[in-house]
Amino acid sequence: MSETEQHPAHHIDVKEFHPRARAAIHNPQIRQNFRKAMDGLMTKRKSAFEGWELETLRDLGANIRLRALANLPDLLEQLEQKLTENGIKVHWADDGDEACEIVRDICTARNAKTVIKGKSMVSEEMELNHYLEEQGIEALESDLGEYIVQLAEETPSHIIMPAIHKNTEEISQLLHDKTGTDLSHDVEYLTASARLQLREKFMNADVGVSGVNFAVAETGTLCLVENEGNGRMTTTVPPCHIAVTGIEKVVPNLEDVTALLALLTRSATGQHITTYFNMISGPRKTNELDGPEEVHVVLVDNGRSTIYQDDELLDTLRCIRCGACMNHCPVYTRVGGHAYGTTYPGPIGKILMPHMVGLDEGRHLPTASSLCGACGEVCPVKIPIPDLLVRLRQEAVDGDKLHPARVRGHGAKRGAVEAMIWKGWSWMHARPGLYRMGTGLGARFRKLQPGKLGGWTQYRTAPKLAAKTLHERMKERNQ
Amino acid sequence: MSSRDKILQRLRNRSGGELTAPECDFSVLNRPEWSTAEKLDMFEQTIESVHGEVHRTTESGWIDRLAEILQSRGAQTLLIAKDHQIGKALQSATKGRDDLPQLLIYDEPVESWQEALFSEVDAGITSTRGGIAETGSLILWPSVDEPRLMSLVPPIHIAVLKASELYTTFHDAMQSQNWTAGMPTNALLISGPSKTADIEQTLAYGVHGPKELIVLVIE
Repeated sequence: MSETEQHPAHHIDVKEFHPRARAAIHNPQIRQNFRKAMDGLMTKRKSAFEGWELETLRDLGANIRLRALANLPDLLEQLEQKLTENGIKVHWADDGDEACEIVRDICTARNAKTVIKGKSMVSEEMELNHYLEEQGIEALESDLGEYIVQLAEETPSHIIMPAIHKNTEEISQLLHDKTGTDLSHDVEYLTASARLQLREKFMNADVGVSGVNFAVAETGTLCLVENEGNGRMTTTVPPCHIAVTGIEKVVPNLEDVTALLALLTRSATGQHITTYFNMISGPRKTNELDGPEEVHVVLVDNGRSTIYQDDELLDTLRCIRCGACMNHCPVYTRVGGHAYGTTYPGPIGKILMPHMVGLDEGRHLPTASSLCGACGEVCPVKIPIPDLLVRLRQEAVDGDKLHPARVRGHGAKRGAVEAMIWKGWSWMHARPGLYRMGTGLGARFRKLQPGKLGGWTQYRTAPKLAAKTLHERMKERNQ
Repeated sequence: MSSRDKILQRLRNRSGGELTAPECDFSVLNRPEWSTAEKLDMFEQTIESVHGEVHRTTESGWIDRLAEILQSRGAQTLLIAKDHQIGKALQSATKGRDDLPQLLIYDEPVESWQEALFSEVDAGITSTRGGIAETGSLILWPSVDEPRLMSLVPPIHIAVLKASELYTTFHDAMQSQNWTAGMPTNALLISGPSKTADIEQTLAYGVHGPKELIVLVIE
């Protein structure tokens, strides 16, 4: 296994983005695995929206999310009330640690030793598996991709397809080494083996932990989107189901999920709909024959209410976690999901993670972008991702005098020399005479211009100053 | 102060001030009025594109068709609901014929027979609350009589759908059936057999749920 593929499941240094990105770029296997997958996903998304008024639908998606955010505190209270009426227990967690403790306490109260998990990015954010294992509770992932990633002791490299960085051969070897299956390139066989291994686990698990795609306030309904059926197993077979979700996932009306679902599955994997759309509004009733006897919801803040304070940054919370931004990102496609070293990789990670880890830790994240704008163009809820990247770049260097920076760790990237250069630049540009003299001198002495400009010329040739300034040329033309 | 109060207080005292909620216009989801035949064609085409199987049959012919389907799969056991008319019809049919598999009735809490449910049941048959043409989806509201796991654990799921209960879109179905009046403990849209593409984007069916989804459409 090469160095870039090894990522312990926790405590990754986000600051070390550059060496990881460099290593990934020089790893042909990683490049090939991501290129192939992302090309396929882009094509599928495009054809899934054929015949739709996509812009109008995206406007609706954006408005639904904005409406939900506009009433967020009221909706959360309404959701809590409805869920409680339905017999679902509601918990609130200020951060990931508190959310982990809540899950642990529920497990302890039930004397639970094994937890089976459906796919949940919030639980990744909480580093729940790691925490539970420390508490002596086994936590097993059941989504095939997550299962593979967990066996490999890695983290997901994509929010929808966690094991996208591995090819069949690598997965076959891993399953062989860890579970004793035969070495095979037959995906049917590999999948069937995992099915068998996990069926046992579903039957014996004490608690099922899942995420939530949409939480509906008016009916107190938790919606889960999935293809495999592991989400249904997780939320139906064990006697206790715990759903963990970010506080921003709430929407006011059941009607809202029809539009968001149409956008989500098509944007994510190019599917008209996933195999299962699972709507849970309560635990097993007395005369029902299956379903969990207890259902809990953990509403996790973990920095979201801070993002909520700012009119511009607030847009980050519109996200419905489809992953289209990463599928279309030229940087993500080349460096892969692990280079970022964050729970959420790619464009959404670049605008979300600085809030979670601080801009000091995540200072490189907003600059890991060519600002090509593809992410913003495909986002189903129209998050202006490029604008947010620029905003975070400014915050990282405290570069905006009119709007005070507010993200934790802002200014971490500010350098004295760079700041002085820009100060000089703006001083000179405010003085036309000086500006003309400066550019004139630059043109005259252009031979003295250095050929190497640090990182900039590492992969590029240095730009050359012209022999005559623009002012001089315009003057000549007008004579 | 509890975390709940802290979070709500931060949200309520937002430094950016109050937010205005935009209007939401759902008309982009509207589709033309399709006839039942058009809806059925659309449903069939869409669900078959994701490996679902559709058999058009009639009120009097569905049991024969079901017997053929299950025989071709070599199914030995079929899980039915206790009180539902589908289960009742099968129970009375099986008395006069031997081409149906052994019928198992889901009439006890799952805890008492989980092991058998997971390993000995070849197929399960459920009703539906209608279907959605645009996405090729079945609407299921599991109930006391038709529990949740009937459509999930057996390797073959057979669903009975009345053609007259096809809706054009999810939005349409939800509005027509007035879902907001009250949701069941569990409601589902099922659109094909269980599947995954987690190994190098290669599709494989039956990863955790049924490998096959067979829809008997009663016309």
